[in-house]
Amino acid sequence: MKILVPIKRVVDYNVKIKVKSDNSGVDLENVKMSMNPFDEIAVEEAVRLKEKKICNEITAISIGSAKSEETLRTALAVGADKGILVETEENVQPLEVAKILKEIINKNSPDLVLMGKQAIDDDSNQTGQMLSALLGWPQGTFASKLEINEKKINVTREIDGGLETLNMELPAIVTTDLRLNEPRYASLPNIMKAKQKPIEKISPGDLNIEIKQRLKTLKVTEPPKKESGIKIDSVQELVSKLHDEEKVI
Amino acid sequence: MSVLVLIEHDNQNIKASSLNTITAAKKIDKSVHAIVLGENCSKVGEQISKCEGIEEVFIADNSIFKNHVAENISPVIFELSNKYSHILAPSSTFGKNIMPRVAALLDVAQISDIISIESNDTFVRPIYAGNANLKLQSTDSKKIITVRTTNFEATKISGGNGKITKIEKKDDPGLSKFVKNELNKSDRPELTSAGIIISGGRGMESGKNFSLLEEIADKLKAAVGASRAAVDAGFVPNDYQVGQTGKVVAPELYIAVGISGAIQHLAGMKDSKIIVAINKDEEAPIFQVADYGIVGDLFKILPELSKELDKIKS
Repeated sequence: MKILVPIKRVVDYNVKIKVKSDNSGVDLENVKMSMNPFDEIAVEEAVRLKEKKICNEITAISIGSAKSEETLRTALAVGADKGILVETEENVQPLEVAKILKEIINKNSPDLVLMGKQAIDDDSNQTGQMLSALLGWPQGTFASKLEINEKKINVTREIDGGLETLNMELPAIVTTDLRLNEPRYASLPNIMKAKQKPIEKISPGDLNIEIKQRLKTLKVTEPPKKESGIKIDSVQELVSKLHDEEKVI
Repeated sequence: MSVLVLIEHDNQNIKASSLNTITAAKKIDKSVHAIVLGENCSKVGEQISKCEGIEEVFIADNSIFKNHVAENISPVIFELSNKYSHILAPSSTFGKNIMPRVAALLDVAQISDIISIESNDTFVRPIYAGNANLKLQSTDSKKIITVRTTNFEATKISGGNGKITKIEKKDDPGLSKFVKNELNKSDRPELTSAGIIISGGRGMESGKNFSLLEEIADKLKAAVGASRAAVDAGFVPNDYQVGQTGKVVAPELYIAVGISGAIQHLAGMKDSKIIVAINKDEEAPIFQVADYGIVGDLFKILPELSKELDKIKS
């Protein structure tokens, strides 16, 4: 089985971001960048399937600036076999990401696409579902457990209120949720080895995809700050505030 | 053109999120239609038709829609779409699963998780876990939108008299088959619709200690939530999780117990009306968003709180 894992380079989840003073966006200068955490879970799951001999080839793909090569190298160090970088300096929105992935899939015919449910920069949570619709493939979103049996897959999904299991035939799109696995760290020897693994570089134009800015950014602002509250010494006082003043209990 | 709302329900009852989404739709256009897809769901459709401002309700009653499989539902919305300028759904796991498919079929962008409507094509949505708000303008002919329901009031189920239209049987695309669901049974309210929430973090030290929160929750008719740290530590299941990667809530009262206040947690609860924080570390960031804070040992404070609540109830 061949697995394709799309990954995105984003601001590291530990970074407290700052809005630019001209409100044109978020300041990404000299900020630590990492692989989107949900994509790390997707890479890890693919590597585990390879270790179980269910998968024999993992291709990681990233769409973004030349620096996304570093993120691909991270995926290669964890266990992906090869990388594809679709290089562009433009901001690529989810529908165009899905269209690029569709072209790549038509060329590489993977049996399974494993990808993060959302990127933690724009929090859209769209690309997997869009890709699935464009391909006419089944989708298992927000996955917390996968069971692969020959050409079929059971996907257990995190839904509001609990879990749901769907059964679908491969090829399929699966988007990962937090509890699917705990990603490993790459070992130093594997980081060294990853430098030798192949990365193919192409452009959106090579795939005849035009990058459109369907959603135009008008303004980015910091959310209004809350006034700081008060410290209270006793539980009794707290209960009387909530009961008598705020009337919320 | 009119606005269409995709209704979330469990075949018996409307989910509250749908009522908030109808309010958002009404801010875009006076003419609001709704679609209910399910099995034996006509009761839901009838209720929706009574919502103020709803002109027409489409009901697609078929076993293939019973479990809301996205591949089955999205083509039906796509077929109806030419009459509508905007199609809205709640930004719940239900809406998030289905709407991007509809957008892709229509070759338009989706606008996720809007918190404000500025005009017919301009919306505000949170990015970076709510650490920034993006005001954006959509250049597509149709707007496919998911709505952060805590930012819009619920429409009342009264005063309306919408026309009901049945949608005929559809073929099963047969892409995904429902196997089972395991829904958490609880007598407490759901997190996303609860008026009061009490959440525990890593400071709770174990899953067993969540019983301290449950005791208080039962006295307040509150829902119990958790931080991602508590979920990652295995104290409680993931659907307890409040935060960027869990549920976004905005109750009247949110009590955070043993939660330090990581950015990703704050993103999920900072719009709550009154926030109470109980934490032994007075430097914890949770105190920056709290209206009332108590610094101290939660294992002493929680039993005391429980006793004080008995006093006001009696």
